[in-house]
Amino acid sequence: MKPVMPERHYLNDNYGIRSWLFTKDHKRIAILYLFSVTFFFLIGGVFASLIRLHLLTPNGELFEADTYNKLFTMHGVNMVFFFLIPSVPAVLGNFLMPIMVGTKDLAFPKINLLSWYLYMAGGTFSMAAMVSGGVDSGWTFYAPLSSGYLKTHVIMLAVGVIIAGFSSIFTGLNFIVTVHRMRAPGMTWGRLPLFVWSNYAASLIMILGTPVIAITLILLALERGFHIGIFDPKLGGDPVLFQHMFWFYSHPAVYIMILPGMGVISEIVPCFSRKRIFGYSFVAFSSIAIAVFGFVVWAHHMFVAGISVYSALVFSLLSYAVAIPSAVKVFNWTATMYKGSIEMSTPMLYAMAFIGLFTIGGLTGLFLAALGLDVHIHDTYFVIAHFHYVMVGGMVTAYLGGLHFWWPKMTGKMYPEPPAKLAALITFIGFNLTFFPQFILGYMGMPRRYWAYPPEFQVLNVLSSAGASILAVGFILPLLYFAWSLKYGEVAGDNPWHATGLEWETSSPPPTHNFHHMPIVTKEPYAYGEGEEVPVVH
Amino acid sequence: MSTSQATTTEHPALAHQFDSMEQQQDASTFGMWVFLLTEIMMFGGLFTAYLIYRIKYYPAFVAGSTSISVSWGFANTLVLIGSSFTMAMAVWAAQKGKRNAQVWFLIGTMVLGAVFLGVKAKEYYDKFDECHIPGHVIGKGFNSWGGCSATDKSLGNIAEEIRHGNPSTPEVSAEQTAKQTEIFFSFYFAMTGLHAFHMLIGMGLLSWLTLRAKRGDFGPAYYTPVELGGLYWHFVDIVWIFLFPLLYLISRHQHGV
Repeated sequence: MKPVMPERHYLNDNYGIRSWLFTKDHKRIAILYLFSVTFFFLIGGVFASLIRLHLLTPNGELFEADTYNKLFTMHGVNMVFFFLIPSVPAVLGNFLMPIMVGTKDLAFPKINLLSWYLYMAGGTFSMAAMVSGGVDSGWTFYAPLSSGYLKTHVIMLAVGVIIAGFSSIFTGLNFIVTVHRMRAPGMTWGRLPLFVWSNYAASLIMILGTPVIAITLILLALERGFHIGIFDPKLGGDPVLFQHMFWFYSHPAVYIMILPGMGVISEIVPCFSRKRIFGYSFVAFSSIAIAVFGFVVWAHHMFVAGISVYSALVFSLLSYAVAIPSAVKVFNWTATMYKGSIEMSTPMLYAMAFIGLFTIGGLTGLFLAALGLDVHIHDTYFVIAHFHYVMVGGMVTAYLGGLHFWWPKMTGKMYPEPPAKLAALITFIGFNLTFFPQFILGYMGMPRRYWAYPPEFQVLNVLSSAGASILAVGFILPLLYFAWSLKYGEVAGDNPWHATGLEWETSSPPPTHNFHHMPIVTKEPYAYGEGEEVPVVH
Repeated sequence: MSTSQATTTEHPALAHQFDSMEQQQDASTFGMWVFLLTEIMMFGGLFTAYLIYRIKYYPAFVAGSTSISVSWGFANTLVLIGSSFTMAMAVWAAQKGKRNAQVWFLIGTMVLGAVFLGVKAKEYYDKFDECHIPGHVIGKGFNSWGGCSATDKSLGNIAEEIRHGNPSTPEVSAEQTAKQTEIFFSFYFAMTGLHAFHMLIGMGLLSWLTLRAKRGDFGPAYYTPVELGGLYWHFVDIVWIFLFPLLYLISRHQHGV
């Protein structure tokens, strides 16, 4: 029997612009976030393309040095604060968290809507800083460069980041309260989907870390605006304190970015291996462990900033410790796939890409956590490559995988499988071609953020830029066929993947209150039974 | 989770995503505590930075500390503790459904909050008068010795005296001492300013609660907003309970200025 679209669902329950801009439905807010996050991703992507275009030639012929500084600053700020941090939690998490725990909405729907408005307000400030001349402090805002020397709109950008920070605090707060207080009957902690566990862990970081970056940037703005001494040594301040305070948030923030992505992978892998997740509780608690360890490793960004060798030793050791829960996840995903009946659908392709690329990104992180080696490769393209392997190879890949996996649930329509597989392949090839040469460049000594470079680095830079253009194709394709699928896609049906989880028990797209009958949970998650009939997915 | 919905009629204030008033109140209170955790981390960052500089620039920080008025600070502490009492009474009145008492206790809390901010404004003005505003953007400029005239060397002298009392503190030039004292005032204004900003938000919340209390929104079945407002107000008070000793009291110089 061919599946049919449900008559009423959250998308057609109400019409008109007001029904979207004043919606309190977490699913509609997720769609609002989907559009805005995509917008900022594209802007950040344009900056990235211009950077790669500029670095085709060694002598910096395309842009002035100042312009180049602005390009990488705005690329970083857009991607980190306006794409990577909100992407999975605010889009997929907003859509799925209440459905996965079996409730009608998040605990505080108005605050959820407020969080989107704050995000847009923050985005507006950062766009305003961009169009009124740009900012060249780097996304790290290091003082005293940012507070005393630059002539650009640092304060405006900082205000944007602070406001966007509150949007992520409110998202995290909503998730935590929803998970604690609103689970369906029978939905015990041990039955929570791993996507919920990892978003919960990321929410802990959002509420505990984000306020620290807010106060840090406020102090920075006060120093810049009123010339009061806090970080600037000329005024008696201590610039290393800025780095401590900045990384106290910004290191855990990379776990805000990666943990929800790991949650996506933990959903996709068992589904397309038709097997129970291997070691459920280890995968669940490794998320919490990553969140906890994440808070005590920040100074590994500062090994060459003049911190004492003893504290550097401790931070190096603790940074190694983060590898343990991360490896637990990678091994458990692999063990889940072992002897599974693997279906190579698009989400699974992204998940497998994630496992490989995240492993490379994670292991090169250990190179950087090693004190001696870090002196050599600190502030080189090795760091850039490591970071992008985790963030693009890991996070963006997981986001795309999750978007394909839940697209039928969000829209009721299937995306077309052949171009989606092609896009996954193009993304994988383009990504590796862009960033693998940067490991070598960094190891050879090419510093990051430089506008020109010695000619012997040109071949690798050209490779990287060529890869970036392939990667861009891989990112644009999904935009096209996702849009196409809205009109021409096959009707998906409630559970096209034959997956477990409450979100697959309701209709696609779900009704406004998520369920036709409020669910009662009686079984473990990921009960992909042995001997079950292997479904054929077209 | 609970099935009380089936037995009792729905309260108009029950939001659709909750099953019962108990779940709603429980979730809302929990949410407020989570938000206060966020606030603790925000003030925590500022407190940590202050404490680090305090250890680094001990003599200068003692000198700065000595120049602010303990009596006004103490008076303000009493005012705030009083306002916490009236706030707690407002929550109690809401729980008991005493409409007039709620309104008056909320207004009383706001009046005490306004007194606090008034005293704070007076203290800020004194600092302006004494040329103790850091930076050269607002005020008459921070004198390199921490006073208004070239001859006013009171703060510098205190710092010098402390340095002689502690042979372990490093020798620094008079200009550096002045800059370090200026950092004390940077933090003094940042910390009390952020606190005052929270008071202003609290006053806004209280006005809204007063209007709703006057309308008769709260009673034994539904008083969550008053309770949440109370939690926030108490939190802001507790921040002051830490600010007062940190800025005014500890290692104050005996002789005063």
